[in-house]
Amino acid sequence: MNAARIVASGFRTNLKMLGTSSFFLLTSTVQPVIFATLAFFMYRTGDRAGTLLYAALGAGMMGVWSTTLFGSGGMIQWQRWQGTLELGVGAPPSMTLVYLPFSLANSFTGMYALVATLVWGRLVFGVPLHFAHPWLFVLALPATVISLGLMGLVLASTFILYRYANALANLLEYPVWIASGLVFSTSLLPSWTRPISWILPPYWGILALRHAALGGGSVWVPLALVAALGVASIAVAAVTFRLFERLARDRATLSLT
Amino acid sequence: MRTWLRIFFVGGAISFRALFAWIRPAVYVPTLLLGPTAQVLFFAYLGRTAHLQSDSWFVIGNAVQSASSAALFGMGFAIDGERWTQTLSAVLATPANRAALFLGRGLPVLLNASVTSATGFVGGALLLGFRPPLSSIPGLALLVLLASFACTGLGMLTGAVGLRMRDVPIIANLSMAVLLIFCGVNVPLDKLPHWMHLAADGLPLTHAIAAARRVADGASLGSVTTSVLVELGLGFAYLLLGFALLRWFELEGRRHGTLERA
Repeated sequence: MNAARIVASGFRTNLKMLGTSSFFLLTSTVQPVIFATLAFFMYRTGDRAGTLLYAALGAGMMGVWSTTLFGSGGMIQWQRWQGTLELGVGAPPSMTLVYLPFSLANSFTGMYALVATLVWGRLVFGVPLHFAHPWLFVLALPATVISLGLMGLVLASTFILYRYANALANLLEYPVWIASGLVFSTSLLPSWTRPISWILPPYWGILALRHAALGGGSVWVPLALVAALGVASIAVAAVTFRLFERLARDRATLSLT
Repeated sequence: MRTWLRIFFVGGAISFRALFAWIRPAVYVPTLLLGPTAQVLFFAYLGRTAHLQSDSWFVIGNAVQSASSAALFGMGFAIDGERWTQTLSAVLATPANRAALFLGRGLPVLLNASVTSATGFVGGALLLGFRPPLSSIPGLALLVLLASFACTGLGMLTGAVGLRMRDVPIIANLSMAVLLIFCGVNVPLDKLPHWMHLAADGLPLTHAIAAARRVADGASLGSVTTSVLVELGLGFAYLLLGFALLRWFELEGRRHGTLERA
């Protein structure tokens, strides 16, 4: 019960904080619309206009990933700047539980991206929004967002030790877009990259969303794998938070900015 | 004159070293050296899927465009960073010549933008087999320098706006997005709506990218003189406009006591 209250109140608080951040609103709405516009122009120019919904979904997921990434990257660092990291670490609940709602709120904010690209695509480029399996889409979307949030928690835990988190966040943005095949098929990539794609929740998430929206494949298999990766992420995060917190205490680097 | 040059070169270099957190290798390498290659790869794969253009076309467009991230953020932070470190008032209280003070900050940014752009070309060569004729490389290097200069000019303008609007990362991000969409980086200009095509003519990068693509195809630098001159002119125009705005906002900031308001 206590855990549920911590998650609910942390989620609500962080959502309000993110809502006042112009940088987050840019990342979660404007940037995905820009990439969606580029993808629409590119697909339309290349006579692949039938794939515009494919592009809108991919650009939206790019926004979800960016928001999760920058949110997770910044989460620990912002707490350092605000001087509240020690309070979070010193609180009786585990760090995983303290920061879980923050990470979930980051990903939830990322969901604005998908809404923004679909609405933009419909209004400006006339993208038809006919979903093959609308109910499965409604199921796949939160599952993917939650799984990304849990993966963000793993990233955030590493940022307790790594103080240049934003740089790592910058580094991971494009590579994960590429390895997850968000706006193109991963079959274009070298075969050695496949295992990397398989361990990324966005890869299975976009497959689930794409199959639910466009048909042409099972939704349940990628959905199950997204959920499994989410569970694995929280298990890993529980270990890494404990490990990295202890290391940061040992080295007395926890609050160093 | 000697003081002017000292402020321009030494002051610019010290400011660059002092204000950029990302000059540390742990930050600099992922952000500015690996980022352009990742961007090149992403759009080349997207281009293959869309059946749009060759990989080389995307390598050139995105490598040249990546100069804008270093230039826009660099110039933005060269000005706004002073406010964050609470040294803006001290800097503006000095009797130093403002042209030397602010234009000097542009030189390291320009060089850094060129290096950033060059890594995109190297990444494209290593991972996508981009092989321009050897004879075209000096021309391409000059065009990268030119694009970096024009972007630094735009950076001066957006940095000046940051003195008033306070949110430099957002201004820089939005400016980069405009360049990415409008300048023919990933979509041929003639395939964009007419008004976008017209707007692109007045933006940095458009002419440098078009010229770089022609030079990489084997054209001589002399055959793209018009593009070179237009890009150069745009760079000077943005630089002067940015400098004029900077002076104006400085005076306004002094008058209203808002210089240090973050």
